[in-house]
Amino acid sequence: MGLAKRIIPCLDVTNGRVVKGVNFLELRDAGDPVEIARRYDEQGADELTFLDITASSDNRGLILHIIEEVASQVFIPLTVGGGVREVEDVRRLLNAGADKVSINTTAVLNPKVVQDAAAKFGSQCIVVAIDAKKVDNQPFEWEVFTHGGRKATGLDAVKWAEYMVSLGAGELLVTSMDRDGTKIGFNNPLNKAISNAVEVPIIASGGVGNLQHLVDGVKEGGADAVLAASIFHYGEYTVKQAKDYMAQHGIEIRR
Amino acid sequence: MSTIDIAVVDYGMGNLRSVSKALEHVATTKNVVVTSKPEDVAKASRVVFPGQGAMPDCIRELDARGLRGAVLEAAQNKPFLGICIGLQMLFEQSEEGNAAGLGLFKGGVKRFAHADMVDSQGEKLKVPHMGWNQVYQCQHAEAKAHALWQGIEDGARFYYVHSYYVQPADESIIEGYSDYPKRFTCAIAKDNLFAVQFHPEKSANAGLQLLSNFVNWSPS
Repeated sequence: MGLAKRIIPCLDVTNGRVVKGVNFLELRDAGDPVEIARRYDEQGADELTFLDITASSDNRGLILHIIEEVASQVFIPLTVGGGVREVEDVRRLLNAGADKVSINTTAVLNPKVVQDAAAKFGSQCIVVAIDAKKVDNQPFEWEVFTHGGRKATGLDAVKWAEYMVSLGAGELLVTSMDRDGTKIGFNNPLNKAISNAVEVPIIASGGVGNLQHLVDGVKEGGADAVLAASIFHYGEYTVKQAKDYMAQHGIEIRR
Repeated sequence: MSTIDIAVVDYGMGNLRSVSKALEHVATTKNVVVTSKPEDVAKASRVVFPGQGAMPDCIRELDARGLRGAVLEAAQNKPFLGICIGLQMLFEQSEEGNAAGLGLFKGGVKRFAHADMVDSQGEKLKVPHMGWNQVYQCQHAEAKAHALWQGIEDGARFYYVHSYYVQPADESIIEGYSDYPKRFTCAIAKDNLFAVQFHPEKSANAGLQLLSNFVNWSPS
């Protein structure tokens, strides 16, 4: 036996509440972040990811406060992303109790932030989030998008992943924008292509609708961790049910 | 001057909030202090020596704050818990940046070798070793498992994130190991000292149990 595949519930946070949208739009309220975090911890979540999805300067303090509160009650790794613009933002989130910080748009606009943050705080706490979409108008299959999926970058997602790791990213959070919120399963070819290209762990994200999708994400997509939001928030499945199902399908998980 | 029950050594590397929060959670009546002052480390009843980031930087920052002597002194005289780089720094030499460690224990710190990183099904294993792995406790001929394993199942999973591991020259100090895919040392102990590669502060109930065991530990 060895390293377990991780299940990571993702909490999209705005104005102090957890919400969930479809294809990055149509937000629905899913509850209080601290309460939800505690529930997932009790169910056996291996890690939690908080994405500050509005991340304007006026609610920045709010997410720091939430992370502080969660970090004093929940003793599993916490990743926080959304609106990280400079190395100082990384420091603030780590000081609030985050174990890892996820960088997305800023990584594209200013890759040096990834490099400097990794040099300063260690690669282990720098996650680069890649939002990718299948495209027909490029010499490659998947293109990187930023600004919550609104802006095309012209970057090849696989090459971009390699570059981010070379700058010091310790983990990659790969979200398929085509799949996000659709409940038709992860984009396994995308995840596999990136997983094969880099040495660091990858987290598959976007599209989970049932527990078989989690299994496929590991077996077909080569993911080291699987991230899901709505299947857990609305009580369709507990984290424990997800783990039982994965274990029945021969995947090593933490009990 | 107030007493310090537990000093968490802060040499400016990484996030110590998780460590202090977890200690406060298991030791509600104790005074837990995060400090970069050698005199605080010297007067504390117990010392936790955490670490994140690259070992050469950790050693440099430790020295910049004049903490080397106080840490070495504590490591040999009072209940002392090393975590992650705080374990690695206790050895002589690391492959990471070819840095010299504190040299309290003979042996080196090695990187997971690229050529070995394939599992039994032929799948590629990632570096850093990140996530929950099983920790097997060593039982030495003379006694039961170490006091810090009390209440923790043999093979319980703990949270790891690292690319380097220690190779003690003296195998009698090894108290735990994990497989990735080869066996590596994840816990050592000697007298008043216990040190682990994984992060007890992030390892849910198993980790809190270990921290609680440390807080209540009276090394003989």
